[in-house]
Amino acid sequence: MKTFKGGIHPPEEKKLVKDNPIVDFPLISRFYVLVQQHLGAPAKPIVSAGDEVRKGQVLSEPLGFVSVPVHAPTSGKVKEIGRMVHPVTGLLAPCIVIDADGKDEWADGLPLERDPFSMSREELLNAIKSAGIVGMGGATFPTHVKLSPPKDKPIDTFIVNGAECEPYLSSDHRLMLEQPDRILQGTRVAMRILGLDRATIAVEANKPDAIRLLREKAPADIQIEALKVKYPQGAEKQLINALTKREVPSGGLPMDVGAVVQNAGTCAAVWDACARGIPLIERITSVTGRGVVQPKNIRVRVGTLVREVIEFCGGLNEAAKIIFGGPMMGIAQFTQEIPIMKGTSGVLVLREEDTNITLYSACISCGRCVEACPMGLIPSVLSKLGEKGMWEKAVENNLLDCVECGSCTYVCPANRPIVHFVKHLKALSRAASAKSKGA
Amino acid sequence: MKNVPASNPAQDPEKDQTAKLSVYVSSSPHVHTPEDVPWIMRQVVYALIPGALVGVYFFGIPAIKVIAVAVASCVAMEALWQKLTGSPITINDGSAALTGLLLAMNLPSGAPWWLVVIGSFVAIIIAKQIFGGIGNNPFNPALVGRVFLLISFPVAMTTWPEPRSFFTQTADATTGATPLGALKTAIFEHGTIGAAPEMNLMDPFLGNVGGSLGEISALALILGGVYLIARRIITWHIPVVYIATVAVLTGILWLINPEGYANPVFHLVAGGLMLGAFFMATDMVTSPITNMGKIIFAVGCGAITVVIRLWGGYPEGVSFAILIMNAFVPLINRATKPTKFGVVR
Repeated sequence: MKTFKGGIHPPEEKKLVKDNPIVDFPLISRFYVLVQQHLGAPAKPIVSAGDEVRKGQVLSEPLGFVSVPVHAPTSGKVKEIGRMVHPVTGLLAPCIVIDADGKDEWADGLPLERDPFSMSREELLNAIKSAGIVGMGGATFPTHVKLSPPKDKPIDTFIVNGAECEPYLSSDHRLMLEQPDRILQGTRVAMRILGLDRATIAVEANKPDAIRLLREKAPADIQIEALKVKYPQGAEKQLINALTKREVPSGGLPMDVGAVVQNAGTCAAVWDACARGIPLIERITSVTGRGVVQPKNIRVRVGTLVREVIEFCGGLNEAAKIIFGGPMMGIAQFTQEIPIMKGTSGVLVLREEDTNITLYSACISCGRCVEACPMGLIPSVLSKLGEKGMWEKAVENNLLDCVECGSCTYVCPANRPIVHFVKHLKALSRAASAKSKGA
Repeated sequence: MKNVPASNPAQDPEKDQTAKLSVYVSSSPHVHTPEDVPWIMRQVVYALIPGALVGVYFFGIPAIKVIAVAVASCVAMEALWQKLTGSPITINDGSAALTGLLLAMNLPSGAPWWLVVIGSFVAIIIAKQIFGGIGNNPFNPALVGRVFLLISFPVAMTTWPEPRSFFTQTADATTGATPLGALKTAIFEHGTIGAAPEMNLMDPFLGNVGGSLGEISALALILGGVYLIARRIITWHIPVVYIATVAVLTGILWLINPEGYANPVFHLVAGGLMLGAFFMATDMVTSPITNMGKIIFAVGCGAITVVIRLWGGYPEGVSFAILIMNAFVPLINRATKPTKFGVVR
């Protein structure tokens, strides 16, 4: 079975939620739509307090090509434009507060009926951008940008990422099982945009039911590939490497080796946007972990407070850590008063015994991190440099190639927070280069 | 702009106590392997048990005494040092106890208690703590302790009680030579190995020979080593390459001149090679980090061992070989960096 070099085998823990069918999160009375839910240039709100909005209506204007708008998750009134804790940065960020009117009325003309396969490439890309679609695996890079590679980067490979290699999470798994047609159709739209006549949907072998179903349903030009179960199989560079044997060059992008990778959920959203004009206002999220009473896979609107999501799942149970995303790369939160975003693939609640709360000790040079690193780095050296803040030396030791997958930190017997050190060193290096540019 | 939502305690702690939440916040990943440092040290101790038991069987109560004194004094010295210097006490990580056990395995069973205590002092204080404690020592602490004793107390360190079954032990054990010692004497005095006593390869394989209390049974040490490899505590690279290097070099010489050089199988089972290859050279802190580095390191250990055994002043060269190669580890690490992902090869 295809795979990459390095990686680890953490306990999968998917059984907590993988067999729970997707349930609709009920319409609630208030939504908090963060303006910045994508990676790239900012957007600015175009509504103000008191405005009536309807479901799917545009709320913000993207400032630049690498930027997308956000949309109203339901019909109602804009209560205010405020600031709230951003789950990714932890800082206060602008947010549009909407009080629902309970009618859940669509904006004019939505949803519409059209045939994406008679639309031009530009029309499709526009539909994707104006629907506010971003990578839903967690990176939240604007999808229309990914699908518009420059002319000097010919693309011959399109991969749909259904690996879902993060432990605990099952949102992509449920989507592939319950709505395979949306994914397959979205894949064909993306193939049309990229001018390709074939695509591969890659799924880790621990989801045999999804692999079977997709193989049954997929047209001849979409190949379903089972991948070895190993973390981080779903990391973009490792996925491309497993399937094509190509290595994205250091500092480069997938398009440098002719590849575009898109998350399975993103493909489904692309189909909704292109065929029905529906913007990205809801997503499938796994609410799981032993710290939540009833783990569930929910279809939830973007802007729903996590506190309400957790209440819907029976509340907390000895919660020690609340995480947006999976346990390997997710972001720990310090409050429940934060909204579900476009990139929230999971809300994971861990108890103290499920997580790792111990002090670290000196590196014993066991080499386990070197074995685990899928990028061929020496994480132990980076961690020692991180303790001293020596970012220049760390850059010489390939700091900037680290994808922060966490494999090294997972296996470290001395419990060293290597990813933490890497993030710290990267911040120091960024600050220094910003300073030198400013000077 | 106002801060929302009002229920967020991070924004207004007084307003809504019901929403208060006490959770940990730290960088990803949020899960961790249960295989921590104390676990690794425990596995190595388990792997040493067969070798230690064979030592106790053939050398009796004195062997138990040496092991007990070494482990206790290593742990006590680490705790004492850390108490005196005001640094955190780390004896719970198991590494001091393991150093004590390894030191004992490398000593003659007849070593007096004060010799063991001095060896422990050198191992823990001089070789480990002076350099900054666990993870920072360039040389294998147990071997530094052993070699210090060997140089300072040569008579006590080369007085080898004869192996006897545990049940026929007597208080005044007779002493004799190790197989390698007998070989060296024969070559020095007669210029040929023919003068050495008849060599039975089964005795050193099972442990019925003179030697350090933990090195005598190749079989027991291989069993422990296989356990470490199966448990993924060590990789095969260092032990296999080390042993293979010794076999190849001594084999070539034996083929050329069987009168002047001993059979390579003898070199594998006699002396401290198995203990050194599986347990001393594989010490994580003092061996290279990459597999390629481990191979280079092991070839060096093997070559130096053979040179000392055949042409050096000492009959055995494993300890010196490993310590010498320890010094090259930083250099080897620098020369064997892995190729990072995304670089044209």
